[in-house]
Amino acid sequence: MVNDFFEVIRPGINTTFQDNGRNNLYHIGIPFSGAMDTRNYKLANSIIGNKIYSPVVEFAYQGPLLKYKGNKINFVITGDVIFKLIKKDIEVYGECYESYSLEDGDKIDIISTNKSVYGYLAISGEFDLKFQWGSCSVNTKANIGSNNGKKLEVDQKISISKINSNLTKKKLNYTNTRIEKIRVIKGTNYDYFSEEGKKNFFEKEFTVSKLSDRMGMRLEGQNIKNIVDTNIRSEGLIKGVIQVTADGNPIIMLSDHGTIGGYPKIGVVISADYDKLVQISSGSKIKFQEIELSNAETLFKLYEMETQKLILQTQ
Amino acid sequence: MIKNISNLGDAGLYCDFGQEVDKETNSKVIKYFESLKKKKIEGIINLTPSYNKLIVSFDLRKINFRKLKKIVENLDVDKGQPRPIKRIEIPVCSDDSFSLDIERLEKKLSLSKEEIYKNFLKKEYFCYMTGFIAGMPFLGDLEKNMRANRLETPRVKVPKGSIGLTEQFVNVYTFESPGGWNIIGNTPLNLFDNTKEKYPNLINPGDIITFKQISFNDYKNYGE
Repeated sequence: MVNDFFEVIRPGINTTFQDNGRNNLYHIGIPFSGAMDTRNYKLANSIIGNKIYSPVVEFAYQGPLLKYKGNKINFVITGDVIFKLIKKDIEVYGECYESYSLEDGDKIDIISTNKSVYGYLAISGEFDLKFQWGSCSVNTKANIGSNNGKKLEVDQKISISKINSNLTKKKLNYTNTRIEKIRVIKGTNYDYFSEEGKKNFFEKEFTVSKLSDRMGMRLEGQNIKNIVDTNIRSEGLIKGVIQVTADGNPIIMLSDHGTIGGYPKIGVVISADYDKLVQISSGSKIKFQEIELSNAETLFKLYEMETQKLILQTQ
Repeated sequence: MIKNISNLGDAGLYCDFGQEVDKETNSKVIKYFESLKKKKIEGIINLTPSYNKLIVSFDLRKINFRKLKKIVENLDVDKGQPRPIKRIEIPVCSDDSFSLDIERLEKKLSLSKEEIYKNFLKKEYFCYMTGFIAGMPFLGDLEKNMRANRLETPRVKVPKGSIGLTEQFVNVYTFESPGGWNIIGNTPLNLFDNTKEKYPNLINPGDIITFKQISFNDYKNYGE
């Protein structure tokens, strides 16, 4: 019998369960999914003392308001997030990367992300979730994953199947940094675009459209002129690919992207910058910088080492 | 057999099998796909075969472009038995409420509605690939007089089950989704079952597909 659970008083805009995503399913049309900002996802689990790829609650912009019922448990929030912990009549603002304890009747009010998009909530225990293809990650489009493949809804319960015995509190000193330019490797259809279009792509600013979501980030502001064909034969896509649609606007493929696409690819965001990319909120400006493959590989190694170092600090 | 291998970003390998889109090229793609899948190479995250390309995405912590390229270049492509081919008949209802773009096609192709359906229904189609959304099959080929471009402005929502045409291809929207294909009907048949983890797709690359027209009444009572 499940005694420990959250009651969803307010679900937030786009709150889903996520983990490390699914592999080897693109060929049947199922995207990778998984937590958008991998570093913040891993840090949430490591601070709370879980296995690094355990399921977490991911929210975007406005997060959920949750009421806890059950035995004492710890939670942590990562990202750049404004949230309150409500105990009886006392309300306190919480700090990200610091674990807090929750007791029967306490509430977590995740008010919003701060100049960023995604945040993560992890608990010192296990959510009671259904796994599909080895992952709990919710893909709302194909209704795959836990919670019947849906976002959190008002009044639903989130059952907790296990609480860890060790409830030591931890804190990590970490601040999310932003980078001025997102680095990009030239795409396989780079030559489809006019000289001016290519120049604009790497020199001018774009604005992130409010039509962006877990599938893709749409950009506006510069028209990238195509001089060959606005369609290619549909072919596979990967995370970070920047397609330019017939109207000349770029769209960047994010974790829930369609597995196949038919627009020319002007570039691909490097792996080292992906976590930073997904955190750029709608209405914000974005600029790109060209980079060679070998440099991109080195930058990723450095980024991974930095993540590992942060994880070690929480042990 | 691969014409060119290049990198797609820092965590993707892009195999180009040439410009042609036909069964022969596609079966080469599928052979490489099956062989690589069987080899279970450490670090490969996903393999996406399409008409004439194979894209491999990988975990940059475990392998890199240079190493993977070498593996693919030296791959001993499987000469073994190909996957058994299925023949599948898809019921399609052409009721006016489903055939959203039939008037557009009548104009573009200079054919009557009856002629369009007659041409569409008499052909057998080959499944080149599945994807975009879960389980969506890309089928071909339509006769030359049946080929039309995508809609100028794609729909924000194409209903689940819609049958769409574009250029030489036919597809079935397995879920409600944005899309720009010319919709000529709808099928009550479910092509993707996420409760079946092993084989969620009804149609797979290489399968042969035919369409059979059903009445609106049969559509409503389908599966009962």
